[in-house]
Amino acid sequence: MRRVIVKRLAFAVPLTLLASFLSFVLVALSPGDPAVTILGEGATPEQYAALRSQLGLDRPLVIQYGDWLWHVLQGDLGRSIITKEPVLSGILGRATPTMSVIVGTTIVSALIGVAMGIHSGVHGGVSGRVVDMLSLVGFAVPHYWVGPALVVVFALGMPLLPATGYTLAGLVLPVATLAISGAAAIAKQTRDSMRATMQGEYVRALRARGLPERRIVYRHALRNASVPVVTVVGLLVVQLLSGTVIVESIFAIPGLGGLAVASTQQHDLPMIQGVVFAFTMVVVVVNLGVDLLYLVLNPRARVA
Amino acid sequence: MRRLELLIPAAVLTLVVLAVLFAPLLAPHQPLEQNLDDVLGSPSAQHWFGTDSLGRDILSRILYGGRVSLSGAAIALAVFVALGVPLGLWAGFTSGPADRTITWLADLLLALPTVIILLVVLAVFKDNEVVTMVALGVTGSTSMIRVVRGATKAVRGQVFVVSAEGAGLNQWHILRRHVLPHVRGPITVQATFFAATAVLVETSLGFLGLGVQAPRPTWGNLVGESIQQIQPAPWFLLITGGVVALVALCVGLVGDAIRDMTATEPDLPSPSRPARARPGTASTSPSSGVLALENVTVCHGGVTPLVTDVSFALRAGEVVGLVGESGCGKSMTARAALGLLPDGVELVSGVVRVDGADVAALSSAARRRLLGRLIGYVPQDPVPSLDPSFTVGSQLAEVVATEPGLSRAEVRERCADLLRRVRVPDVPRVLASYPHQISGGMAQRVNIALAMALRPRILIADEPTTALDVTVQAEILDLLRTLAAEQDLAVLLVTHDWGVVADLCERAVVMYAGEVVEISPVATLFARPSHPYTRALLRADLRGSTPFSQLPTIPGVVPAAGAWAYGCRFADRCVLAADECRAAPVPLRSTPDGVARCVRSDELQKAEVR
Ligand code: SF4
Repeated sequence: MRRVIVKRLAFAVPLTLLASFLSFVLVALSPGDPAVTILGEGATPEQYAALRSQLGLDRPLVIQYGDWLWHVLQGDLGRSIITKEPVLSGILGRATPTMSVIVGTTIVSALIGVAMGIHSGVHGGVSGRVVDMLSLVGFAVPHYWVGPALVVVFALGMPLLPATGYTLAGLVLPVATLAISGAAAIAKQTRDSMRATMQGEYVRALRARGLPERRIVYRHALRNASVPVVTVVGLLVVQLLSGTVIVESIFAIPGLGGLAVASTQQHDLPMIQGVVFAFTMVVVVVNLGVDLLYLVLNPRARVA
Repeated sequence: MRRLELLIPAAVLTLVVLAVLFAPLLAPHQPLEQNLDDVLGSPSAQHWFGTDSLGRDILSRILYGGRVSLSGAAIALAVFVALGVPLGLWAGFTSGPADRTITWLADLLLALPTVIILLVVLAVFKDNEVVTMVALGVTGSTSMIRVVRGATKAVRGQVFVVSAEGAGLNQWHILRRHVLPHVRGPITVQATFFAATAVLVETSLGFLGLGVQAPRPTWGNLVGESIQQIQPAPWFLLITGGVVALVALCVGLVGDAIRDMTATEPDLPSPSRPARARPGTASTSPSSGVLALENVTVCHGGVTPLVTDVSFALRAGEVVGLVGESGCGKSMTARAALGLLPDGVELVSGVVRVDGADVAALSSAARRRLLGRLIGYVPQDPVPSLDPSFTVGSQLAEVVATEPGLSRAEVRERCADLLRRVRVPDVPRVLASYPHQISGGMAQRVNIALAMALRPRILIADEPTTALDVTVQAEILDLLRTLAAEQDLAVLLVTHDWGVVADLCERAVVMYAGEVVEISPVATLFARPSHPYTRALLRADLRGSTPFSQLPTIPGVVPAAGAWAYGCRFADRCVLAADECRAAPVPLRSTPDGVARCVRSDELQKAEVR
């Protein structure tokens, strides 16, 4: 058991390193020169060179990366080229709204998706077709279309909810925007794995022992069907990191997604690097959580 | 039907792509042509989709915008396929270090959020559309790699690839001739879904104001512009977002259709079901047994008969063998007796009586109460019949605790007692074990303990020893015999092993092609079988010599369900077959101490005596 956990942890380290190194190399190879970005076009070559050595940009790439990593380990992610604000405080200041959207969407999607999936997996029929349709629509209809459509109906048409801003009521529409596709994906996976599980030999054996059907569905089948569902929920969280970028832009939520877009538009590379690093950490934590949940749910996975 | 599901979305897609391709010819206006006198005009004959805030024709901008968005998606798709397919094939085909490296890298890449990676690329390469779309193809290719690798591994494992390799063909040839045709389906499905994803991601970036910049139209930045005008001109958003959604939806539909067409599982026909016959009172006289099947007929999908007109009864304390080759309907008969038929299979006519009561007439709750309490079930595959997620102890306790009024300690004690009774040597360890931690023989003891937990009077055992080692088989049979004798159990033992029948059973019911062909006491059956099938089965087994061997086959095969002859169903394999056998269905006739379904059964008896 402990060996398994250590193995999973060992995967997280290269993941973090790879993500940070990729973004670092990309930045270093970028055709633009940060010195030009900061000083503008009109400075003298000496001024550019001075700034470059001040920023440490004249050293070999690996040294720069090691240096950056060393600072990251000490909690120093550098400073924004544009605002001069420390990257870490910029990120921390924007983290809460983004996490609220992601956590809220994950919970709502999981609740609705699992409920729908169980129903359609056990009873089939109409609810099976509904899940099929929903998952296709959820896949195909872009978030940037659903979001504004919800705004038109629920904020402008009947002023029930605020269209923008980071408040509790303001979270309803962004979460709804993302949860439609999220719930659909979870419902489909839950349905498929419930269906397969209910065909299993041990379900027949449980029935033959005279156990109530509800108990068979909720205690036994659901438990066994949940492993692939947990995988999909984990993937959903990773996708939500992308989705939140769109949703924060639509609903004017002051979060990491907006920060990422703004830094991209301004080519603020240290800030982008910081956001990538923050998002990678979220992915690492989510993946670890998913792996640990596997161990809880599936006794067979506990042997390394 | 299937074809329409593919053709309609494919046709819509083709139209959209052609319209975008020929935008310069088709667009009624120039995409950048402004007209400040006609801003945010509603759809009209002049401007089918209306005009935007600078009076530009929206239809023309959508047609031109598609050129950017669709070609971007095409670049991503090309990279996705060009990278994913060879790497997936390579990983799946070679296994070893190359496979591990590719899989590891793909897993790492899969863990990163796509849009974030693309933001970095966009920031670094200053809104370079081509580089961004290449990056999208690279990050996406992980899913293609996984799928192709899995499919290749599956194909590679198959015999024909192994033999082709052995014949000294080169690897490339094997890949092209044997592997590619089989993985083409999954590749097409993956590529289709990725195409939709690529369109969605490309337009999302455009929506965020990244990539190709305004005033040059892209589908993404058109949606972005339309959101600014959402209040005065909601149709603008409806149309611009709708185009993207339509394209993604059609691509998704095409992908679904292709997946359905290339899926390997054949769909079962779903014919309309005839009204379920409920003979109830019209059935034959109630028999005296604790378990009785009366004229039971079971069909798949309401039309294909699997078991026809089966009748037999078990008395208390009697062990009856249900014998026949595989495919004769033994297991289906046992499951009909349990009332646990698989989905799509149902009891079409006939009655199952437990303790004299017609099971079909009971409420579903009452029927469930019979299970476990009156009828116990011992499955064929011991380990898969236990829930892998719970310990043996908790699965036993769950059943034991359905009896009201037991304290936790009493439940625990009773679980241990049950395991002791099925002769489990190390009770505490087995109670704490998960099913995957115990052997097959041990798991079968646990299944028997579970079946006996509520002290039923009937036990239905479906080939309980087939999946076990020979030495363990004898122990399990011995256990069943002891339990049956001690507790006066009626046991229905499904088997294709005469050794088991000889060892345990008093009577045997022989089935062939879904019907009973002979019922006789075991002693009579072995000495003087009344049906040519029984005789052939016995002779086949004698040649196999060891007592527990599986039946060597009789020449010919059991006809498939629904392909049964009108006359005697065994006629094609029977050495005694005559014209009269094929003329009409053969009824069951009495023999001195049983029944047999053969017109020449008397002659057979004489022949045996001689
Ligand atoms: S009825 Fe005829 S064909 Fe059928 S088993 Fe008897 S002898 Fe053979």
